[in-house]
Amino acid sequence: MTPRRRRLILVGLMLLGVAGAVVLALTAFQENLLYYYTPTQVSAGEAPRDRVFRVGGMVTAGSFKREPGSLEARFVLTDYENDIVVSYTGVLPDLFREGQGIVARGKLGADGVFVAEEVLAKHDENYMPPDVADTLRKQGDKRVTTPIATSTVENEAP
Amino acid sequence: MIAELGHFALILAFCLALPQAFFGLVGAAYNKTHWMDASTKAATGQFVFAAMAFACLAYAFYVNDFSVLYVAQNSNSALPTFYRFAAVWGAHEGSLLLWLLAQALWTLSVVAFSRSLPQVITSRVVGVLGVISAGFALFILTTSNPFERLWPAATDGRDLNPLLQDPALALHPPMLYIGYVGMSVPFAFAVAAMLAGKLDSLWARWVRPWATIAWMFLTIGIALGSWWAYYELGWGGWWFWDPVENASFMPWLIGTALIHSLAVTEKRGLFKSWTLLLSITAFSLSLLGTFLVRSGVIESVHAFASDPSRGLFILVFLGLCIGTALGLYGWRAQHFTSQAGFALVSRESFLLFNNILLVVATVLILLGTLYPMFVDALGLGKISVGAPWFNVAFLIPMLPLAFLLAPGMHASWKRASFGRTKRLLIALLVLALLLGTTIPIAVYGWRSVLSSVGIVVALWIAFASLIEPIDRLRKGHSLSASVLGMSLAHFGLALFILGATVVESYKKEADISLAPGQSAEHAGFVFTMNELRNVEGPNYRAVEAEIVVTRDGQQVAVVYPQKRVYRVQQNPMTEAGIDGTWNRDLFVAMGDPLGEGAWSLRLQYKPMVRFIWLGAFITALGGLVAACDRRYRQRVAAEATQPVAADAKPA
Repeated sequence: MTPRRRRLILVGLMLLGVAGAVVLALTAFQENLLYYYTPTQVSAGEAPRDRVFRVGGMVTAGSFKREPGSLEARFVLTDYENDIVVSYTGVLPDLFREGQGIVARGKLGADGVFVAEEVLAKHDENYMPPDVADTLRKQGDKRVTTPIATSTVENEAP
Repeated sequence: MIAELGHFALILAFCLALPQAFFGLVGAAYNKTHWMDASTKAATGQFVFAAMAFACLAYAFYVNDFSVLYVAQNSNSALPTFYRFAAVWGAHEGSLLLWLLAQALWTLSVVAFSRSLPQVITSRVVGVLGVISAGFALFILTTSNPFERLWPAATDGRDLNPLLQDPALALHPPMLYIGYVGMSVPFAFAVAAMLAGKLDSLWARWVRPWATIAWMFLTIGIALGSWWAYYELGWGGWWFWDPVENASFMPWLIGTALIHSLAVTEKRGLFKSWTLLLSITAFSLSLLGTFLVRSGVIESVHAFASDPSRGLFILVFLGLCIGTALGLYGWRAQHFTSQAGFALVSRESFLLFNNILLVVATVLILLGTLYPMFVDALGLGKISVGAPWFNVAFLIPMLPLAFLLAPGMHASWKRASFGRTKRLLIALLVLALLLGTTIPIAVYGWRSVLSSVGIVVALWIAFASLIEPIDRLRKGHSLSASVLGMSLAHFGLALFILGATVVESYKKEADISLAPGQSAEHAGFVFTMNELRNVEGPNYRAVEAEIVVTRDGQQVAVVYPQKRVYRVQQNPMTEAGIDGTWNRDLFVAMGDPLGEGAWSLRLQYKPMVRFIWLGAFITALGGLVAACDRRYRQRVAAEATQPVAADAKPA
């Protein structure tokens, strides 16, 4: 084999491998994208019925309900225009509380209740999901003073 | 006073970084010895003043000077002294000051350890580092001054984020920063080589220890962060593909590619322009990570102060650094061609594949991290790329990489025949197949093909990395630090792959409800809650559960998970109760009260999870050992003054 031919084979192999990896990864990409919806979009029926997606909003004060001893919790998520009921079974994050902004990942049930598999609360008491902040800003609400996170709290990790 | 002194020291550090950059670069260009001397002196001065600024801020924390805004925001008089010190880098402003200090420390080390290098080279490197230092000092002074006063002074501070009040996290940012910043040294060497228009094996030998040490710190930093996330966030996960994690992981991947590519450049004088590109990319990704984390452009599970002006500054700085370096590369790249050839099966081509696969992995992670940002910027909706995608995308390049590792370690340069090792490697693969399939299935049961593949390849790498040290010891040959370091690093990687595969395949998690006196069964263990009690900490109060774990009636462990509320910020915090042995962790985290005395608990069984961090630390240790190789220190003056000693003998 001449050096030139050898180099061609090597380059060819490399291109083939890289192309293969990228094609595989991109195929998986479409299936694994998580879309984000607001309670308003969910109420308007824009969210998919059979697919996992994320919904973000503020937990309405006084809406949190849990049967004593049960792990299932129900609460109302709002973007101050529309509401959506969320149900979650399991341990809620430390910073979950009423009036706090959260993002839930899960599926929409047939009864219109969003069944969450995961609930994320920011480690920041001032956090508001960006869309909620946008909505509030449009309404000229005073609750939004600075964009998204106003916290001085930071961490570099994990 | 102390804050003004610190501020002044910071300004002086900035002012000294300018002559360090100017005299270093211009002095080298015109070969003026006095100018180059001035540059190294300015670098020393810059270190002194950066250290002084840092010490002033630390002192302000130590004496609880709440008239300094940054101290008031991140400390409290009830905070234990150790955390008051760690709070210095607990938020944005202070961590940048730490960054600047690390940068000055690296510069000083380059000056100290490069005495045998031609002065023109050292001077250019110090000059480039001066430009970077000046950029960061200006960034701190204009957008994030930690010495800003608060008037009237606060009576007490707002306390350090409770999440950060932890020993691992006190160490994690310094390690990570030293690693990030350390990548600026290979970058500076690359720019120096391009300015000189000359890059030879000797250059690679100069850069290798720096790249390896920076990479080692990055490894430790990432591992500490992962360990912290595991026990402190209360989720029991060790990697979340969070944008902030990805920001630190991408420079690590490119750094790994770089240290391998440097080996080829040193030994064979090949991959020259590729090594340059990797040096530029590794540092650029460190800056990009900083930009992503500091500007708030990406959504992360963690909160970060977002300030558009900060993001813009870093973006411009990033653009200048990458733009200049790549422009220089485009201009000078044709000088860096390699003549030597190599066979299709040789160590060179194995390392080439290593590099390509690592770069592919980095590109995929970059795609997953930035894609949501672009979609959002284009107004196409809000999406996120979840962990499942990253898991798949990352495995695609990493699986072949893992399989190429064992033969790659034993391939010889130029043309590999393997010889005797070929049969040994095949025998070890068969052994790995036997052990890697039978033992896990006997112990944990069948899970999936991918699990078995992961375990088998981990064992194969582990065995293969032991061949050479054992062989040399048996024959009574000496074992050089670089061979020992390489073997250790790969052995550590094998442990990591083993731990990650086993824990992800066989972990068991459950959320349950438990009241005192009740028990629950999980993963073959019985968890009984004995009692709940209130506990007072120095700056928090907590509810603590005493949970006894038994197996077949025998007591295995008692764990004490806590739910803490820190007095100042009033944030609840989960302190998991973990019982760890070498082969499994039992992890109990408290959720919230469910009424009638019951609490929600998250129980987790994590087999072999400790191998993940153990492996990472062994890998880092391997880097340290390799960087201590004698040949990096044995730079006789004669050799250094003849940089034309181009292609070194193949090893």
